[in-house]
Amino acid sequence: MNYLLKEGIVVDPVSNSAKKLDILIEGSKITAVAENLDCRGLEVLHLKGCYIFPGFVDMHCHLREPGEELKETILTGTRAAVKGGFTAVACMGNTKPPADSSSVITLIKEKARQASFPVYPVGCATKEMAGNEPAEIGDLVEAGAVAISDDGNSIMNGEVLRRVMEYGKMFDIPIISHCEDTNLSGNGVMNEGFYSTLLGLQGIPNAAEEVHVARDLILAGLTGARLHIAHVSTAGSVALIREAKKRGIRVTAEVTPHHLCLTDEAVKSFDTNTKVKPPLRSKEDQEALYEGLRDGTIDAIATDHAPHRRDEKETEYNVAPFGISGLETAVPLVWEHLVESKLLSPVELAQKMAWNPARILGLPERLIEVGAEANITVIDPSLQQPVNVGEFVSLGKNSPFDGWVLRGWPVMTIVSGEIKYSRQLQNI
Amino acid sequence: MKFKRKDVLGLEELTAEEITLILDTAEPMKEIMSRDIKKVPTLRGRSVITLFYEPSTRTRSSFELAAKYLGADTSSIAIATSSVQKGESLRDTARTLEAMAADVIIIRHSAAGAPHLLARWVKARVINAGDGAHEHPTQALLDMFTIREKKGGFKGLKVAILGDITHSRVARSNIWGLTKMGAEVRVVGPATLIPPEIERLGVKAYYDWEEGLKDVDVINVLRIQLERQKKGLFPSIREYTKLYGLDQQKLQVAKPDVLVLHPGPVNRGIEISPDVQDGPHAVINEQVTNGVAVRMALLYLLMAGGEKDELSA
Amino acid sequence: MSPREKVQIMDQEGIRRALTRIAHEILEKNAGTKDLVLIGIRRRGVPLASRLSEKIKEIEGTSIPLGILDITLYRDDLSQLDYHPQVRKTEVPFSITDKKVVMVDDVLYTGRTVRAAMDALMDLGRPKLIQLAVLIDRGHRELPIRADFVGKNVPTSRKEVIQVSLLEIDGEDKVTIVEKDT
Repeated sequence: MNYLLKEGIVVDPVSNSAKKLDILIEGSKITAVAENLDCRGLEVLHLKGCYIFPGFVDMHCHLREPGEELKETILTGTRAAVKGGFTAVACMGNTKPPADSSSVITLIKEKARQASFPVYPVGCATKEMAGNEPAEIGDLVEAGAVAISDDGNSIMNGEVLRRVMEYGKMFDIPIISHCEDTNLSGNGVMNEGFYSTLLGLQGIPNAAEEVHVARDLILAGLTGARLHIAHVSTAGSVALIREAKKRGIRVTAEVTPHHLCLTDEAVKSFDTNTKVKPPLRSKEDQEALYEGLRDGTIDAIATDHAPHRRDEKETEYNVAPFGISGLETAVPLVWEHLVESKLLSPVELAQKMAWNPARILGLPERLIEVGAEANITVIDPSLQQPVNVGEFVSLGKNSPFDGWVLRGWPVMTIVSGEIKYSRQLQNI
Repeated sequence: MKFKRKDVLGLEELTAEEITLILDTAEPMKEIMSRDIKKVPTLRGRSVITLFYEPSTRTRSSFELAAKYLGADTSSIAIATSSVQKGESLRDTARTLEAMAADVIIIRHSAAGAPHLLARWVKARVINAGDGAHEHPTQALLDMFTIREKKGGFKGLKVAILGDITHSRVARSNIWGLTKMGAEVRVVGPATLIPPEIERLGVKAYYDWEEGLKDVDVINVLRIQLERQKKGLFPSIREYTKLYGLDQQKLQVAKPDVLVLHPGPVNRGIEISPDVQDGPHAVINEQVTNGVAVRMALLYLLMAGGEKDELSA
Repeated sequence: MSPREKVQIMDQEGIRRALTRIAHEILEKNAGTKDLVLIGIRRRGVPLASRLSEKIKEIEGTSIPLGILDITLYRDDLSQLDYHPQVRKTEVPFSITDKKVVMVDDVLYTGRTVRAAMDALMDLGRPKLIQLAVLIDRGHRELPIRADFVGKNVPTSRKEVIQVSLLEIDGEDKVTIVEKDT
């Protein structure tokens, strides 16, 4: 099918431009990008006032399959991704069984093929994610893993992490690190600070993250491996990463929409949907995250989409699992809280949500140019509506943002030329 | 005055006027307790359920007697904390209690916020009898009732809370209540047991007992959970007692007429020396009596008068 | 909505005279002060009981025990009220068992207050007998209750309100009938 996207504002993260252009899509490719393209004989989609981005990539989500299909499946998770404006996702390997063998990676790829959506699995760094011995990283990469990580199971043993980095380096993949010293975080359920004191809930100090960020940066320097720090949440982490980048350490970093939009004050409601790891931090930390995004210390925005069953979250704060279902709110949250408030330009948004995640994971480049794969995210900045978890496609309804009125919703998602989601067509 | 709350979950949300009303109402309740026939028909036909996820004989008995003195029917459900994760969920328990048409549910739970969730789920009124390290409003109210009775008021009173502040719901509720009523509150304890940014609650924190207890009118001694030592929060019971156990020597720096409170049960000879516990400054047993009176006052204020629907939470 | 004053039915002198008469009647009916106790029902029964005890002391030269009863917790309409009546202390610092108890209140109307007061008294002990003294009996009883000593019988309609003002509480002594605005 050939069609024309007419009069949208096309955002280019490389040339730093946002111009009103028409885009011709033929098959899976972009075949023309210019002003006032001749639309005779073509299906025309009028996108006046909308921003057209190179397809967003969520480099950190949990699709739960195999093993926890009541929380999410690859089908429902990728549909949620499409509705949320993403054209590709990387899913973490903490499935049951974990993705520590090529067979699990192969299964995920096969399920993704059936869902006809590009899913890039992240393999486990160690066997059974136990943090003791490196997994068969070569085999995982050959099967399709684009990165390795033990995700929520922080590798506590520095020697093991060093070997994982050294070995993983051979395959030119990033090691994604969830930085948490589990002795320091202990049984903590929220940020340690004024609000944990107020609520009497056990806190997780910033130091629990920063100690491991510092260690991982030092080991990245030692090994020369590519390190990617997942969900940075503290001012101290931002400072450490900024300094390491200056020294030439090969490190990248991501931040989640919820850390950008919520602080630990939200826990006052005892809404278990605010329970997440790393925990929602203080206002000061949030300011540092904004600054890190602006100055390039933080390269990417990733959802850490962590769907859970309703009954698992409908319980005592101490008992509830960590995580937020984030795929369907990431784009409008970031638009409302960062783009509308001028903390990020649309071009920078394209860098944080498309160009950089793809570059870090070694995926095909996210660009809107002739000859490129037609992966496109369209955002309508004037569309304002409340978040309604009841309408989530994801099985995970665990969002602290229910009822928030946001602007800048994704209205069309195109994957390899195919319109996977369109708000008008509602073909999902 | 109208007491407009559906639930009493903490002193954080109560105003000084509401606290005064509760304390004023507790006075006539205390008189009822001194009678031969300790029963009035006020809450006849009302049902009060105590739902305790933590073992506690004294608080539960106190609530049950308070309800019975007011003529209500009581029933108790005890659930071992260890079974919380495996057993029936709080959500399902709430559905069950709702189906039993309870008028008031009194809940104690090891998880902070559990009463708040329950209150959202049920039409019954909910009273927090202690949630984790968060709040224990009725304990603070009875402490305040005792202080007011002995000292006449709160304005300008210096109150020290001594011990494990981090894990204490009693400390938090006392801080809220006392600061609202105009007292000057200090917390005194080892650095490992004083939580971060506590001073933002309007109190002063001291690691040194001599500074912290100087010239205070009231010392509220907290129970020290012996298992905290195993987690490395203090090196030994012996050292804790030496540095923070309230004894005659430490009492000397306080005002001569200092009042000594303890929420009980006491670890004799650990957080408080036996001579202080049994001495003239301690009012630990009166606190127990006042606890019943304060709980009667709350039950009365929550249940007598007003239709539930018109009450805001 | 403010009630409009209609007519004054008793002034300071009238109240004084009525209480003096009631004091004599109490002594006469009980043959002196032996085992006699007075219990004022909060709020305006309290100063009235206090005045009666003064008068009895003037007449007989002996003081009789004086108590205060708060009947809030015994009211039968608590669940229907949209406010919280302030509960106050009951102060009866003596045994009423085997005593002749004279309850004192300002107005006798439906009888429900007196019913509550008798329940409250019974919880304090077992009196030999209970009598009732009121300043005003305005009729409209809803329970089989009558007063033993009455200052003044005042026929009223249900739309009217009897307002008793006493020096100790209101700064002046008078009784008026007020009509509720509808």
